[in-house]
Amino acid sequence: MMSYFKLFALAALALLLAGCSSSPNVPDPEPTDTTYGDEMGGASTDGMDGESYGGGEYLDDPSAGELATVIHFDFDSSEVRAEDQDIVSRHAMQLGDNPNSRVRLEGHADERGSREYNIGLGERRAQAVRQMLMIQGVSAAQISTVSFGEERPVAFGSSEEDYAQNRRVEFKYTN
Amino acid sequence: MTVRKLIGILVLLFPVAVTAQVLDIEVTGIAQPTPVAVVPFGWEGETPDMPFDVAKVITDDLKRSGRFAPIAEEKMLQKPTDGADIDFQDWSFVGVEAVVVGKVTQTGANAYELRFWLFDVFGRKQLFGYRMPASRGTMRIAAHRAADMIYEKLTGIKGVFGTKVAYVTAKRQGEGQLYSLIVSDYDGENDYTIMESNDPIMSPAWSPDSRQLAYVSFEDNKSSIFVQTLRTGNRFQVSSKPGINGAPSFSPDGRKLVVTLGGVDGNLDIHVLDINTRRTTRLTTSRSIDTEGTWSPDGRYIYFTSDRSGGPQIYRVRATGGTPERVTYEGSYNARPRLSPDGKKLAMLHNDRGNYRIAVMNLDRKDLLVLSTGRQDESPSFAPNSDILIYATRQGRDGVLETVSADGLIRQKMASGAGGDVREPVWSPFPRF
Repeated sequence: MMSYFKLFALAALALLLAGCSSSPNVPDPEPTDTTYGDEMGGASTDGMDGESYGGGEYLDDPSAGELATVIHFDFDSSEVRAEDQDIVSRHAMQLGDNPNSRVRLEGHADERGSREYNIGLGERRAQAVRQMLMIQGVSAAQISTVSFGEERPVAFGSSEEDYAQNRRVEFKYTN
Repeated sequence: MTVRKLIGILVLLFPVAVTAQVLDIEVTGIAQPTPVAVVPFGWEGETPDMPFDVAKVITDDLKRSGRFAPIAEEKMLQKPTDGADIDFQDWSFVGVEAVVVGKVTQTGANAYELRFWLFDVFGRKQLFGYRMPASRGTMRIAAHRAADMIYEKLTGIKGVFGTKVAYVTAKRQGEGQLYSLIVSDYDGENDYTIMESNDPIMSPAWSPDSRQLAYVSFEDNKSSIFVQTLRTGNRFQVSSKPGINGAPSFSPDGRKLVVTLGGVDGNLDIHVLDINTRRTTRLTTSRSIDTEGTWSPDGRYIYFTSDRSGGPQIYRVRATGGTPERVTYEGSYNARPRLSPDGKKLAMLHNDRGNYRIAVMNLDRKDLLVLSTGRQDESPSFAPNSDILIYATRQGRDGVLETVSADGLIRQKMASGAGGDVREPVWSPFPRF
């Protein structure tokens, strides 16, 4: 079970790194699926396959150190930035490795515009991350979302930099 | 009414911007406040001094309306406290168009009678006289009510001096913020915190009978909608579904709320929630953000914000369901619709060349009038007389409240004793006496 998740996530990651950065969309999971022909096989994969993809360690290596729990978004956008897709994938792996862990994705917007509409924008961001996690094999039951819109800023100024800091999704592990 | 006509004439005579001499009030545009006199009230009672300065409340109310300029006490040539003693010659000499005189009489340990008269100086006649009971605790309400009657007689517009405003404040506190839901008199006096939380509070909405407020609270890191009874402080949770529960607004009959629900997949749609049965009916199904629903006063339509066409615009759908129709076309950002209680105007948050401002659309003529001048104004709410709006604007980093007349001519800041970042003001319906 665990190795299945790992494989899945790693395959997705490999795809991402293979040049998907130019494409704004989340990679289609289908091709990774077909690698493992038999339908029931996925969930009950034995350790062998997992070992053969041990190269995944390489991705865990980067000097990033601790896994970031906040990613930021462009103005009026809910697209996960190319450079943050690695962070999302590492969270996907973490959640896949720990099926009992739960994450709350907290979406936020900058202060411009209407408050309730900004709740919608924050939710869109949280959902974009949720979809990405689920595509990489994380169970829907492990994820909840909440949008605080512009109500919980981390930067209290009104400059572009402040706004950029506030447009974010935070990963909050609750279990 | 002659004074009303005069205001109209004055507007025509002064096509240049005039700034009122009165503090706290910034008169913009072409309105010129009408000079009036509110004579200090007489007092008959056990104590040497009147327990409450009724004339001051009336004076402040008329001044705050922006349509009247009450003269200073020193300028009064006479200070009658009974309608029978008025000398029109004197008042005509100091140049006022209307005079209010009155007195407070003690009738019991905590019982008083308030009498007052309103005079038309040009017409040299009494417009009306009135008396009403009051206690020490209700003296302020009685004074606002007197001001409402005077205002309506002079302008033809119902006064809103007896109404209340609810708003949310946020104060920095350690790492986080303390959010408060506050109800005050329309002028910011008598502010009272009805709910406090370390998690955000949003979107307060008055019930049509002014007895309850619906709001969104993020306690336990999820959004829920509550309805709280003001008098008792009791509240009940009416919606706490997975995902977003937001943007409540009461139906005209007070039995339902229009709310925004997002569900686990986060597709925000407009739903109608029956407060008693908690049953919800979905009104929109678009994949876009549909939110900020509000009822038309006749109960037939629900206006809401949707970005189904790209940016946010205002749409409306029949309250019983149907195909939504687009209402706004001017500009790339129109959100947070609110209808005037008379059903004739639609207020919204409008992006005006990069600035978020309050605009009002006349629903017959479809023309859009930008009423505010800030960079990040928000949350317009009509006074129950449809003549004034309240909204939040920025002063430095903090939000403050401002009111503006629906014609854009009179704008003023509202002092808030609460402090912090003030936002989301909502004007109460008329009080019931």
